[in-house]
Amino acid sequence: MAMIEIKDLHKSYQMGSNSLHVLKGINFSVEAGELVAIMGSSGSGKSTLLNILGMLDEANEGSYVLDGVPIKNLNETKAAQYRNKFLGFVFQSFNLINYKTAAENVALPLYYQRMPRKERQEKAIKYLEQVGLKDWATHLPSELSGGQKQRVAIARAMAAEPKVLLADEPTGALDSKTSYEVMDLIQKINDAGNTILVVTHEPDIADMCKRIVHLKDGVIVEDKKVKQVRAAQYV
Amino acid sequence: MFNRDNWKEIFETIQKNKLRTFLSGFTVALGILIFVVLYGFGNGLKNTFNEFFGNDATNVLYLSPGRTTEPYLGYKANRRIEFDNSDLKDIKENFAMFLDYVTPQISRGALAKYGQESDNYSIRAAAPSIQEAEKLILMEGRFINQSDIDNKTKNIVIGRLVKKDLFKGNKALGEFIDLGGSSFRIVGVFQDDGGDREERIIYMSYTSRQRQDKATDKVDQIIIGFKPEIGYAGAMALEKSLNTYFREKKYISPKDPNGMYIRNVTDQLKQNQQFAGVLQIIISFFCIGTLIAGIIGISNIMVFVVKERTKEIGIRKALGATPRSVIGTILLESIFITTISGFIGMMIGVGILTGLGDTLKDYFITDPYIDMGIAIASTIMLIIFGGIAGYIPAKRAADIKPIVALRDE
Repeated sequence: MAMIEIKDLHKSYQMGSNSLHVLKGINFSVEAGELVAIMGSSGSGKSTLLNILGMLDEANEGSYVLDGVPIKNLNETKAAQYRNKFLGFVFQSFNLINYKTAAENVALPLYYQRMPRKERQEKAIKYLEQVGLKDWATHLPSELSGGQKQRVAIARAMAAEPKVLLADEPTGALDSKTSYEVMDLIQKINDAGNTILVVTHEPDIADMCKRIVHLKDGVIVEDKKVKQVRAAQYV
Repeated sequence: MFNRDNWKEIFETIQKNKLRTFLSGFTVALGILIFVVLYGFGNGLKNTFNEFFGNDATNVLYLSPGRTTEPYLGYKANRRIEFDNSDLKDIKENFAMFLDYVTPQISRGALAKYGQESDNYSIRAAAPSIQEAEKLILMEGRFINQSDIDNKTKNIVIGRLVKKDLFKGNKALGEFIDLGGSSFRIVGVFQDDGGDREERIIYMSYTSRQRQDKATDKVDQIIIGFKPEIGYAGAMALEKSLNTYFREKKYISPKDPNGMYIRNVTDQLKQNQQFAGVLQIIISFFCIGTLIAGIIGISNIMVFVVKERTKEIGIRKALGATPRSVIGTILLESIFITTISGFIGMMIGVGILTGLGDTLKDYFITDPYIDMGIAIASTIMLIIFGGIAGYIPAKRAADIKPIVALRDE
């Protein structure tokens, strides 16, 4: 059974009197363990698609089933619970909470899972260790480099042990060396069996995934499996 | 909402956002502080006011005889009018339904001697109810009673300062002092808030005084205490009918301004009450204003705080925070800060008021104070309104789609 199954997805934004049709019928499914790049130029609807997949935004039409659970007519509370249970987010601008340390940031989704404090802290350290930042656990985001921030964000996304990791331009704010480091990390997480969707407009980043979905003007124009380029060789 | 983990999260947020915490706490503390101090000053003003005007009973009429200036019904002008015991009886009989009490008053000065000590004091001879009219507070022994009146005893009650002057802290009760040549026994000591002069007075029974004054039945003045429930209008009516009654009885022309006098302190009472009322309104106005300003201040800060945290709220929601937990966290944080700083502000305010005491007496503020009940109630009110003021923006923030909140820079 597919991890993500979307059918005939439509999304339009109301801009004053005229409406902007961003997604015009997307059909697309992702199996467990896939590493999918969603590509497209700016305005193609790729971020909108990711936001809908991430339940950060709602579609106007169409169906979306995540791991067998239909995602439809969710209220904010339900959406929050699903996000917490099913999804991990990595953003272009990291979105760490600036007054919390790296470890506290990683532990935050676990707080919303009502995990006891001690367990939470141990788990946060464990995931920081996995992204190679154990020694930076007590540092504030302002004391970290961009690549380190993104690794903390990835650790945070993974700490909740989500079904799907959604990354929106995860390397968009990083130089190419750091980008490859982050992609290397994402590949390793995927190697461990996690399903990951990466939105990007950089072809070299897309080539590091296993499948590339091309979006143009709100429709999928191309959906192909590719031979994965390992990021490790550039690091 | 009240588990330990939530509080830890809140404390961490508070600790790591010291400036924000300080600003909102400071606003609340200052608001309550100003409110408490203003309110206390208001009470201080009232205290001063009461000290000036509030030391005698106000439901009292004073009847004093005068000297006629107009001839009337065959009587010549310049006739001296006198009151006597029969007038007391007539008042009691004819005005019974209005009356609380009636007492005559005969005032004399006399030299009082006890051992080596002596001084001149004002001696007032009256009925027991004078105690009520003058609001005398008994410290020792008893006051003049009906038996003193009936038996014309030579018992006296002395003011606190008379005792201090003559007895130097020794026991006065039961002692005999010499008043203008005859010996009187002290049966009581009183105090009076009206000032030193009021405590250098000696009271005795009017019948005893009349016997001493060669068995006369004349009185200097008649003091009538009327029932307070007859009100201002009733007091004015009583004054009018007393006036008519006595002018008829004593053959004084209704137009003669000097034959007799009635002093009605209800007039004064009404003015005082009006003044006190206006004072109260002004003070309340200031206090409510301060409180409203405080509430607006908190609301502003809450709006600012939530605005500042919009992005953080977006992040938290993306990580699985439900709207309820977002609102709960913001509200608990703000209520916690307002409660702590509100009570700190309140305690500082109360401390200032207590510390001031009489130091501002020159500015008509005596013993400023605030009822703890009012202080706590207004603090709680500020906290509640702070909570409401925080809830609205928090609710709005929690309802923003996370994607919109995340875009907030």
